Amino acid sequence: MNRSDTQFERIAYPVGFGLLVLLLWEISVRVFGISPALLPAPSAIGAAIAGSVPILWGDWVQTVIKGAMNGLWMGGIAGVALALVIDRFAFLKQGLMPVANFFAALPIVGLAPIMVMWFGFDWHSKAAVVAIMVFFPMLVNTLGGLAATDSMQRDLMRTYSAGHIATLLKLRIPAALPFVFNGLKIATSLALIGAIVAEYFGSPIRGMGFRITTEMGRLATDMVWAEIFISALTGTALYGLVALIEKRVTFWHPSQRG
Amino acid sequence: MKLRQSAFPILTVIAALLVVWYGATIKMNSTWTYDQAARAGTEPSFSEVVSDTMQQSRPLLPAPHQVVSELWKTTVEKKITSKRSLVYQGIITLKTTLWGFTLGIFIGVSLAAIIVLSRVGRLSLMPWAIISQTIPIVALAPMIVILSNAAGAGTLLVPKAIIAAYLSFFPVMVSMVKGLSSPDHMQLDLLRTYGARPNAVFWKLRVPASMPYFFASLKVSVAAAFVGAVVGELSTSAIAGLGARMLIGSQFGEPMIMWAALFAAAILAGLLIFTVGGVEKILRRAMGGRAV
Repeated sequence: MNRSDTQFERIAYPVGFGLLVLLLWEISVRVFGISPALLPAPSAIGAAIAGSVPILWGDWVQTVIKGAMNGLWMGGIAGVALALVIDRFAFLKQGLMPVANFFAALPIVGLAPIMVMWFGFDWHSKAAVVAIMVFFPMLVNTLGGLAATDSMQRDLMRTYSAGHIATLLKLRIPAALPFVFNGLKIATSLALIGAIVAEYFGSPIRGMGFRITTEMGRLATDMVWAEIFISALTGTALYGLVALIEKRVTFWHPSQRG
Repeated sequence: MKLRQSAFPILTVIAALLVVWYGATIKMNSTWTYDQAARAGTEPSFSEVVSDTMQQSRPLLPAPHQVVSELWKTTVEKKITSKRSLVYQGIITLKTTLWGFTLGIFIGVSLAAIIVLSRVGRLSLMPWAIISQTIPIVALAPMIVILSNAAGAGTLLVPKAIIAAYLSFFPVMVSMVKGLSSPDHMQLDLLRTYGARPNAVFWKLRVPASMPYFFASLKVSVAAAFVGAVVGELSTSAIAGLGARMLIGSQFGEPMIMWAALFAAAILAGLLIFTVGGVEKILRRAMGGRAV
């Protein structure tokens, strides 16, 4: 680890590793004659993706845009808003923080069947599951972030005779942003999981979770892998998007200047 | 956190949540009550409505005491060997969790060792490890079932444990990379003056230095493994385990089964985190280490 990594190396190595895995996959499927119902070759998956773009697009809109995104903004805003309220009252902070921390560790995804019972088969129930799932990480991270300023900085604000709102806007919210983005990164991957799992409990005849279960039943494994690929791509793209926004917004933070 | 100091606020919050819950129970279940009353041609008084919403057998939202009594019925009053016993189902989920947790620790530590020791490993593995966590595991779940069956695994335990491990290896890996690279230049140089081989540097310096980081990651990791086990049961159409109970409750329209399984899962998750936290504290004290 004496040399520092060049930009080229940082891209070439992971891409090379990925290509190597794909190549080995393709070769072993062909050499060992693995049944396509068991494990289709990457080339077959590629063909399935190219051949069914409209279906994949319809599923993607249903699951990601309607289910996951709607849940994400609802749960995200609710989490941050409640964090701001809790932060104002020390009593609530002492009482809610441990409770929220506990909830954040629970398998909230288990609520999926109940939400489907309450809100029906369409995307509303998916958004509800996602909203609850992302709510707790957002709440906990925002609260952690709001506590991230030290007393020196808060004292400085007090010497400026800044009130609660001004301190919040000018000091504590900016200081909390790296934590909020951290929560958002956790939330994006949770959102996809929630939206897909909720579809296992009932959905209209489109959606990624629906497609995966039905195509699995027909042993159309290449289509299942096509959905897996799309969901992987979406998850990574969402994460990348959050990371990009974070870089722009919190450019002043030590972790972003390296 | 000083528990005695925050006990009062915590209890207040929990009490408030219970009040909200009871309120919601009345609101959500009353539609059904009014429906029934309209069909029977009667006009129920408010107190009748309230008492009815508390004891429906298939409520939209069961009241807290209903969930507690269902939990009591399915844990204490049922024999542990009965398939309806949540203890029986919980043990299955617990087994999956522990296998996944063990596997996750193993994978996480090995990956961290490769990443710290080899430059090529770090450059090619680290980005993929991050990408792996952005992939919704539930999409992969049916595939994992098929592939592990084809590989000769007779039970669902293997795919479920793999799913649990998939979620739980990441916190361990991240902490161990940090921990294994925590010895500074001074310490590494000292070992070089002893003429230590890379092997000795790894076992005598890097591994001991990483221990606090390792323990710190376990609590996160066990919670992730538990979530993974439940998600695994939900998405592999398992027939046993707490996740499977939720599925059954959903398919047969028995909300009480779902709620009881959900709360059993919550209690089990709490116990797991508490236990791992306790073990962590004991081990840390035994090794004379400090918190990170």
